[in-house]
Amino acid sequence: MQRYEAKDVSPDMSFLEMLDVVNEKLIAEGTAPITFEHDCREGICGSCGFMINGVAHGPKSGTTVCQLHMRSFKDGDELYLEPWRAKAFPVLKDLMVDRNAFDRIIAAGGFITARTGSAQDANSIPVPKAYADRAMDAAACIGCGACVASCPNASAALFTGAKISHLGLLPQGQAERDRRALRMIAQFSSELFGSCTNIGECEAACPKHISLSVIAQMNGDYLKASVRDRGAVKESSD
Amino acid sequence: MQLDSRIPSGPIEKAWEKTRFEMKLVNPANKRKFTVIVVGTGLGGGAAAASLGELGYNVKCFCFQDSPRRAHSIAAQGGINAAKNYQNDGDSIYRLFYDTVKGGDFRAREHNVYRLAQNSVSIIDQCVAQGVPFAREYGGLLANRSFGGAQVSRTFYARGQTGQQLLLGAYQALEAQIDSGRVTMYPRTEMLDLVVIDGKARGIITRNLVTGKIESHVADAVVLASGGYGNVYYLSTNAKGSNCTAIWRAHKRGAAFANPCFTQIHPTCIPVSGEYQSKLTLMSESLRNDGRIWVPLQKGDKRPASQIPENERDYYLERRYPSFGNLVPRDVASRAAKAVCDEGRGVGETGLGVYLDFAESISRLGRGAIEERYGNLFEMYERITGENPYEMPMRIYPAIHYTMGGLWVDYQLMSSIPGLFVLGEANFSDHGANRLGASALMQGLSDGYFIIPYTLGNYLASNKLAKVDAGAPEVRNVLSEVENSVKRLLSIKGKRTVTSFHRELGKIMWDHCGMARNAEGLKQAIRQIRALREEFWRDVNVPGSGDDLNQQLENAGRVADFFELGELMCVDALERNESCGGHFREEFQTDEGEAMRDDEHYQYVAAWEYMGPDAPHQLNKEPLNFEYVHPAQRSYK
Ligand SMILES: Cc1cc2nc3c(=O)[nH]c(=O)nc-3n(C[C@H](O)[C@H](O)[C@H](O)COP(=O)(O)OP(=O)(O)OC[C@H]3O[C@@H](n4cnc5c(N)ncnc54)[C@H](O)[C@@H]3O)c2cc1C
Ligand code: FES
Repeated sequence: MQRYEAKDVSPDMSFLEMLDVVNEKLIAEGTAPITFEHDCREGICGSCGFMINGVAHGPKSGTTVCQLHMRSFKDGDELYLEPWRAKAFPVLKDLMVDRNAFDRIIAAGGFITARTGSAQDANSIPVPKAYADRAMDAAACIGCGACVASCPNASAALFTGAKISHLGLLPQGQAERDRRALRMIAQFSSELFGSCTNIGECEAACPKHISLSVIAQMNGDYLKASVRDRGAVKESSD
Repeated sequence: MQLDSRIPSGPIEKAWEKTRFEMKLVNPANKRKFTVIVVGTGLGGGAAAASLGELGYNVKCFCFQDSPRRAHSIAAQGGINAAKNYQNDGDSIYRLFYDTVKGGDFRAREHNVYRLAQNSVSIIDQCVAQGVPFAREYGGLLANRSFGGAQVSRTFYARGQTGQQLLLGAYQALEAQIDSGRVTMYPRTEMLDLVVIDGKARGIITRNLVTGKIESHVADAVVLASGGYGNVYYLSTNAKGSNCTAIWRAHKRGAAFANPCFTQIHPTCIPVSGEYQSKLTLMSESLRNDGRIWVPLQKGDKRPASQIPENERDYYLERRYPSFGNLVPRDVASRAAKAVCDEGRGVGETGLGVYLDFAESISRLGRGAIEERYGNLFEMYERITGENPYEMPMRIYPAIHYTMGGLWVDYQLMSSIPGLFVLGEANFSDHGANRLGASALMQGLSDGYFIIPYTLGNYLASNKLAKVDAGAPEVRNVLSEVENSVKRLLSIKGKRTVTSFHRELGKIMWDHCGMARNAEGLKQAIRQIRALREEFWRDVNVPGSGDDLNQQLENAGRVADFFELGELMCVDALERNESCGGHFREEFQTDEGEAMRDDEHYQYVAAWEYMGPDAPHQLNKEPLNFEYVHPAQRSYK
């Protein structure tokens, strides 16, 4: 563990700006700066994220660490910063981890196949507003990994469920629905994530308020797909 | 340098169809024999890599983030334009074309813009098919909103996260191709140079940002979609990592850089709050529909907004532009805000801010209605400033947002180096001197999904390309140049941090090549930038080594390039003796302070050619012709 003192902190600074100030000082003193991941600093790219006093993205609900401001803390507070804790996210340096396991889950089936240029008119399939809105709720996931880091099992169920729900709620996503659930969950299980035991820490930590209901949806899709899959195997072997 | 824009002849409506018909095709079985490099995974690069992979090319795709899904496109909020005319309000391809050419203040190529408007229609179809959850009406059909510079509702959106959803669509398509093995993804890998052999782009040199390893990749063609260069100003709405390195290094290898001084300043951003400020946050333009912009009448009036009575407020946009009021285009609104702050009437601690006041709308429509329209934006504002905009007016100030300039490309999106194609914000092609809201996403996807898959095939089919080996001397030479420049940055070990240089450069650019420019200031800026650059190479402190994850080193390379590009921007701004779109030269304005274009002398694309480290850039001009939309002075009075 390393200890750093942050001086000249203004309440209007973002948490990452506070770290910038600390880093500038460290460089000037000839010490290595703290490595942390960030890009948009607007709470949308999902790059940033670490634990502050054991809480993913810090104390403010619905807020990524780049949007957290120093007015949420008191002068003199001691803050313990740690990288995401999960076997599936190996630490690269300081507060930076490798989250490529998430990309591999998406690659396994988190898409709708739509050959470029072959699509029909966008309004030819109406989508009930309620479904479109729920799909958007799930699609709001930024892939930051706070769900995994907060889960005592380090499960990626909220992340995987969010994509399965987003695509499964839309008519365009039906043709690949079974395959998607089977393949994404197979990939999720082959990575070093734990399995979900419905604790709910992920939902509480999610900066985008993704609901636990996406996990129920995922489990339902997986079950149905597995049954149908077995049926299909049986039919073809008959 | 010979610039051939390859604009097709004949009627504009048929130009793209005709071009496609005349193109050579690559036999499906041969596609996998071609290797194509795509740098960037935003809307331009992501869409291109996915589509090229799907066609069967062997694609190598690069981004500096840990995942292709985090490209800066993810941050776009407002929406994407398309001439669908779903609202039956009189929209058409021609009208979108017309609005874009006019909005760009007659400094874009008509044929490119027409094709963009045509492709806009297919983009929405494509994205819906991929599962992009656009906003819908109760009847289940797609919803639209209106955006600045248009009289029709043609903007499609997904809450305030349109860029995120469009990018996830492209990213998911890309991941599917990665899974199928047709695309190899190199995340956390930065392109540091371009390899040109026999005058053709044949590869890139990269640095692995985790291990520090510098490597070469050879290919039959290279596609750059590396985004805009707004971060030359240090403070901008761009993501922190956004940079010009890929396009700048390609420029130094022979790709002409077009209209570098055309930058867009967005009028509604959260003002700077202190020296430590690291970036600026955009507040959607849509807020101007219901917010009224004002400053105190009196100079230096430090009373809180609530204590300034109505008759001591100046609603300056409503006063100066009675017919458009608070909804004037971005460039006009930004300049007006600067003018009142320069007079000493700005608000907030720094005096660099104006009020955006919702009190009247709240009392007319009720708090609920405002919350429904802008709830998430109000929340974001409060999170950042700690102030509640339902109770006191927001403070806003203009900020650098987008760069219309970029690498010069012809109608087929090929740069002046054969085999090097440029897509998205990185090229200069479609927005002239000012971009309309919701048109950048459209352009990125049009380039990536609907243009490059054709034009790249045409290039590969019509050129005999010799085999290139990664060990070839031409490749090894560039590789060692890159290694040397990395070593040089690490060896200086001076006293100033990279960020302190970047911040100082940004201030010079903002003061002299920002919202308003003049010849004297630009000349001064060029002198200051040169001096600062010299100091950088003498006194920068890049800690650590090159064989490891080193964020300071990454940043140092980017800032080094910003110095050179910043200077060229000033040179370009100085050369263009007129005001147009985002380029406002104080010497060229009407008596009422409006921009004065000079079509007789400046109706051209300024394509700058690199002549070597110590030689001035050479200007090449591509004249612009307007056959369909006739240049007129823009008026918003
Ligand atoms: C806050 C904000 C809101 C916006 N809202 C809207 C909107 O509502 N509507 C609209 O139309 N436009 C909007 N824009 C503009 C629009 O988002 C961008 O112009 C567009 O997304 C750019 O896309 P791109 O594909 O060209 O590049 P980017 O999305 O910037 O992607 C660049 C890619 O290049 C990679 N890269 C860069 N350099 C290198 C290198 N050297 N080596 C390897 N990889 C590299 C990056 O990793 C990244 O993958 C907004 C912009 C901002 C800043
Ligand atoms: S830096 Fe993009 S979400 Fe925090």
